[in-house]
Amino acid sequence: MRSILVALAAAGVLFASSAAQAGTLQDVQANGFLKCGTHIENPGFSALDSNGQRFGFDVDFCRAVGAAVNTPEIKYTPLTSKERLPALQSGEIDLLSRTTTYTMSRDANLGLDFTNITLYDGQGMMVRKSSGIKSAKELDGATICLQTGSTTELNISDYFRKNGMSFTPVVFDKQPDVRAAYDAGRCDVHTTDVSGLAAQRSLMQNPDDHVILPELISKEPLGPVVRHGDNQWADVVRWTVWLTMAAEEFGITADNVEKIYAESTDPEVQRMLGKTGTLWQDLGLDQGAPVRVLKTVGNYGQIFDRNLGANTPLRLERGPNEQWNKGGLIYVPPFR
Amino acid sequence: MTEHSAPPRVPFWRSPTGRAWAFQAVMLGSFLWLAVSMYRNTLENLKTRGIGSGFGFLHSEAGFRIGEATGIPLPQGGFLYFLISLAVGLFLSRILARHLKARNEAPLDTGWFGLCLLLSIGLPAATLYIFRDSVEIAHYTESSSYIMALATGLANTLKVAVIGCVASTFLGLFIALGRLSPNWLLSRLCRWYVELNRNLPVLMQLFFWYFVVFQELPGVKQSIDLGGWIILNKRGLFLPGLVPQQGAWLFVAALITALCGCWLVLRRAKRMRDETGEPGKRLVPCLLLMLGLPSLAWLAGGTPFLLDFPVLKGFNYSGGMGLTPEFTALVVGLTVYVSAFNAEIIRSGIEAVSRGQREAARALAMNERQVMRIVILPQAMRVIVPPMTSEYLAIAKNSSLAVAIGYPEFVSVGGTILNQSGQAVEIVGIWMGVYLCISLCISFAMNMYNARIALVER
Repeated sequence: MRSILVALAAAGVLFASSAAQAGTLQDVQANGFLKCGTHIENPGFSALDSNGQRFGFDVDFCRAVGAAVNTPEIKYTPLTSKERLPALQSGEIDLLSRTTTYTMSRDANLGLDFTNITLYDGQGMMVRKSSGIKSAKELDGATICLQTGSTTELNISDYFRKNGMSFTPVVFDKQPDVRAAYDAGRCDVHTTDVSGLAAQRSLMQNPDDHVILPELISKEPLGPVVRHGDNQWADVVRWTVWLTMAAEEFGITADNVEKIYAESTDPEVQRMLGKTGTLWQDLGLDQGAPVRVLKTVGNYGQIFDRNLGANTPLRLERGPNEQWNKGGLIYVPPFR
Repeated sequence: MTEHSAPPRVPFWRSPTGRAWAFQAVMLGSFLWLAVSMYRNTLENLKTRGIGSGFGFLHSEAGFRIGEATGIPLPQGGFLYFLISLAVGLFLSRILARHLKARNEAPLDTGWFGLCLLLSIGLPAATLYIFRDSVEIAHYTESSSYIMALATGLANTLKVAVIGCVASTFLGLFIALGRLSPNWLLSRLCRWYVELNRNLPVLMQLFFWYFVVFQELPGVKQSIDLGGWIILNKRGLFLPGLVPQQGAWLFVAALITALCGCWLVLRRAKRMRDETGEPGKRLVPCLLLMLGLPSLAWLAGGTPFLLDFPVLKGFNYSGGMGLTPEFTALVVGLTVYVSAFNAEIIRSGIEAVSRGQREAARALAMNERQVMRIVILPQAMRVIVPPMTSEYLAIAKNSSLAVAIGYPEFVSVGGTILNQSGQAVEIVGIWMGVYLCISLCISFAMNMYNARIALVER
């Protein structure tokens, strides 16, 4: 039945008038809510808590953008991998924040623009500890469970072809079904991005029975996506995300942001938080946007720790997602 | 006052026919306008949004793997000659039969019939032998094109649809007969079967078969093993398989030819019995065809098949013939679900035949089986066939639910391509076109059958 949604989204491209495309920022502010596409269920990234509220890493960037444009209400659209791109193309959502890999063909041919990279990830493989497998090179002939409609399918095929090995894929439409089939023993291997594997492992019957193999078989830069051609909206998303990253670099958190706003004498911090200059007004936002964003979601490090970090069921290392001055790849252009 | 003046000419907007035509023209015009503007609007929107369009992407390399790659038969050069010789053979034997009839000679005479058989079967068979490689079975790999991937998905869909239609019909027939049985327990059980399956959503049933039944089987290492012939575990059902050798194609062709020949012989025998009262020869020619042709093919082409047993290798059993849990769950789920509807259709068809028919047949000393086979079922078919058509359509369409349980059918493969190429409009268009074609084919075949069995009113 989900394919009906894809069909509808495709039909949206058919009928939607082309005028509605420009000015997403104005549309969002006029509507009073932001339409954000996320996962159906991927713990750490986007899942429902016991009160029915969405939370997670991807969701936090929806909330950050919502705070920046001053529309605290956010309408979430849970999407499968297959539905996500048509949903964005057709205007059903304003922002796609759903572990979408930045690739050239998507950027060039699909009417999409990638903004920042919020997570440097890579595709990995998970097996049962009891199988005794230590390396992906031992997987010749394995049965592999995976989700359809993502780069995952291509990467795994490439990897096995490159290493002269064969495998049998069992492909599902939704991540929970992949997990159920792997957990029941239908497959030897579960593959997706490592962050996703960690998320899925936390939901298994016995998370400790499974181990993620050391090999990363691809680069998966993940981040929010917007429609091509609306540069203002892309800039708003881009600089909102960068704001959370820069805040970590400058030691600004959700708790101390107001104090720092009042007391800081660092000219860059003052510009960044909108105390001096017109950086945020130039983007089409108001002066209070940066403080609102940081009060809502905190800085990048806080977002990471809250959803993916060591104290969550996912137990992900910062790794390449550490700040540039600590050996990572998070590197923000200057606020000037 | 015997003369009538000619009726006054009615202006066309007041005459019913004129108005009808005008309305039709307006409707057609606005429909065309809608279609054209929709098409142009789509292209325009795709262009302004920077989304690539067109079907060119179908030729690029797919790059992903499909778990169950059914082989696609691709006709080669020699296939054309086979078709031509088949047409020529049928045409010549037809002319011969006409000619004999015109000369008032019995075309059923054994010698002439043999000649006709030789022409219509022997000729194509000979061509097939000369062009042995006229059909190549192509297997999808990662480096095949998107078209090949779609064809593989379609083959998987058709496989499920065909098996599902046949199985659900027979299962439905048994359930219907069970419900009509005078045995209290049997008829109650069948009734519960129908009520249960009709009232549970089909997707839920598929999940039940896949996640509850098939995933609860033992793992690979603890497989249920019946002497190496039948092996059952979570990964599927493994049976010894036939590995086609060089002469397999020829052997299968000979077998099919022999079957066709037998059918012709039986038809002729029936006609002879109807026309002359003498039972025509059946056993000897049929045996000759069925044994002779395949053994000739065996001699000419060498051993057609080798038996291959599944063996545990690495992660799983390999070799032999494996039925995956996805395929099995889908076929079983759809069959069980649709068979409940079919049972009701068949039951109502049987009950629609008037009691008098059954009583009359009994009075002619027919036994219960004969009554059912010769009197009741043929009449019931007229009631059964039309609603059955829509059940067959339902199977073909519901097979797309397989996306939920990991069977790589047409919609699932299409979805993968959609995501990789991003060509949503094209893929959705292909989906709609192909399902429309499948549905039209099923209705066409069923309508033809319906026309044949329909009551001819004179």
